[in-house]
Amino acid sequence: MAEVQLQNLSKSYGATQALKDVTMTIPSGAFVVLLGPTGAGKTTTLRLIAGLDKPDAGDVRIDGASVLQETPAQRDVAMVFQQYSLYPHLTVRDNLAFPLRSPMIAMREDQIAKRVQEVAEVLRIPHKLDNKATALSGGEMQRVSIGRALVRNPRIYLMDEPLSSLDAKLRADLRIELKRIHADMAATFLYVTHDQIEAMTMATHVGVLDHGKLVQFGTPRDIYENPVSTYVASRLGQPHINLLPADALPGAPANAAQIGLRPEHIHVGDGQPATIQRVEHLGDQTRLHLALGPHNLITLTEPHTALRPGQTLNIRPHNPLWFDASGNRI
Amino acid sequence: MAEIVIKNLRKEFGAFTAVKGSSFTIKDGEFFMLLGPSGCGKTTTLRMIAGLELPTSGEILIDGEDVSQKPASQRDIAMVFQMFALYPHMNVRKNIAYPLVSQGVPKAEVQRKVAEVARILRIDHMLDKPVGGLSGGDRQRVALGRAIVRNPKAFMMDEPLGALDAEFREIMAEELRALHDRMHATTVYVTHDQLEAMQMGDKIVVMNHGVVEQFGTPQDIYDHPATLFVADFIGSPAMNFLRFDGTATAGAEQVTLGDTPITLPQLQEPASGQLVLGVRPEHVALSDTGALKGRIEAVEYLGTTQIVTLSTPFGPVKARTPSTQPAKPGDLTGLKLSAPRLSLFDATTGRAFRTAANAGVHHG
Repeated sequence: MAEVQLQNLSKSYGATQALKDVTMTIPSGAFVVLLGPTGAGKTTTLRLIAGLDKPDAGDVRIDGASVLQETPAQRDVAMVFQQYSLYPHLTVRDNLAFPLRSPMIAMREDQIAKRVQEVAEVLRIPHKLDNKATALSGGEMQRVSIGRALVRNPRIYLMDEPLSSLDAKLRADLRIELKRIHADMAATFLYVTHDQIEAMTMATHVGVLDHGKLVQFGTPRDIYENPVSTYVASRLGQPHINLLPADALPGAPANAAQIGLRPEHIHVGDGQPATIQRVEHLGDQTRLHLALGPHNLITLTEPHTALRPGQTLNIRPHNPLWFDASGNRI
Repeated sequence: MAEIVIKNLRKEFGAFTAVKGSSFTIKDGEFFMLLGPSGCGKTTTLRMIAGLELPTSGEILIDGEDVSQKPASQRDIAMVFQMFALYPHMNVRKNIAYPLVSQGVPKAEVQRKVAEVARILRIDHMLDKPVGGLSGGDRQRVALGRAIVRNPKAFMMDEPLGALDAEFREIMAEELRALHDRMHATTVYVTHDQLEAMQMGDKIVVMNHGVVEQFGTPQDIYDHPATLFVADFIGSPAMNFLRFDGTATAGAEQVTLGDTPITLPQLQEPASGQLVLGVRPEHVALSDTGALKGRIEAVEYLGTTQIVTLSTPFGPVKARTPSTQPAKPGDLTGLKLSAPRLSLFDATTGRAFRTAANAGVHHG
């Protein structure tokens, strides 16, 4: 495992600037998740670290040394892609062994057998080793493709939305599994996703990207509780944070333009009247869609609430987040 | 607008039975969800209601009239598909007007209706734009407009949001529901996404292997699943299943897991053999005084709450707890289950036993 530093990294593809002056340290042994919508620069970051693309400016350093002049193989990184690409004519065992037989590594066959067995156990697929890769379920195939990265023991694992093509249940299982693998192997992970649940649940650190810029870097709790901007605040939390004009509710600081209210920031019982427009039962929680004057907002209530559309509640903000005219946190 | 009654509806494709005797009622003005995994028969059911497939047997009553053997054109139903196909060479106005023009509706009437629909969908400012340059959401709105403009008796929607990305899907789901609240048109909506079904539906039918597993309001289905399949399919994370061998008589208010007594809603029928105790993650509390013991395996932070995965002698259990409550992997803890919220299932048949809590919900 290794520490990876990105220094003032920039990259353009034609007229599109994919990455703008990104500086970030991925600590040794960390699980860093890059979060952002399509086009934020997440995959570009991975490709620059892996050596699949060259930056226009800036440096990539692994354990203190610049790797810009090295080939992808020399950098000793492993990458897992969204679409698992296994060799269909090979067994699971041979798929897993493949990277170890490359001329760069050329491991002895008895060592390969041992390593493949270890990784298969970590991934809970030892009973599938002699199956053809095509005879596996989607979740098993993705585990094999993760396994192909794990056999190598590289300096850093780069993962590009490895769970996004799987169904919800399998994703939930593999989230826990990846976290366990990370802890067991004490490896450094850089993981890209646009799924906030994956970011919140797996990361030791989250980096939020916006149009190629790193706008915040911190623990999931820090990003959720102390977002630097409306953009970051909108990335995490279900339901979405409510953003209203600052004067919609009392107590705005002088330069505030918007107030950000998560459900836990909305106190019910006194304050301003809001009309219930819709009661949405999601099972474990119930969402109230409220109209506060001309503004709409969503908050949570207990699952078996007796509240009905048309009724009025009094609400007031409780430790809300305030933002200025450019969306920055006050 | 219309009420749709489905009676013993069955559809066979050769030796394969896609739908095995479904019965349910879609009330006038309801937003009605057909939910299930792929291959469960939900789309076949929808296509039979629309008239795109004819049933092998059974009845489909629209406002009391049996239409099951009538062609789609005589049923006055509009269909919205996942892949919205617009006419690329026409502008928004012409796309929406098309169904009326092709029916020979007078021009003035077409103008009036298109304007009305555009206002409802809030796309009046883009009527003269070509559809080629529109965003995915606007294209979806135009496709909806084309369905609405005919003023049909009911709308059939087959995963209309399936092709959209997660963030946008949520926005469109809210928009569709708000639109329904303005128009109150009977809508039948097919999805495999349980959250979408819970969020948007007035009623849900849960299907599996061509069989209706349960029919009811979202909250009733969530609180009182009729089968293990429904319990597992609805909710994220899913309901926990604690498997054990046991015996309980009708009237009993507790079961014994190993040697741990667990209080549950009073049973109204006897239960014995291989049993499954069902508990939702938010009804599991971590407390040292809990009789059931478990070891914390993983903790997943979710903002206000966290999901704690534990191993217990009866299988893995997930608990949803406040993220302010400390939980460390490796620690041993007690689990307290919220008695009024528990379900008990027969492991062999998958059926929920009748208890004081679910007796009012399960029918048929």
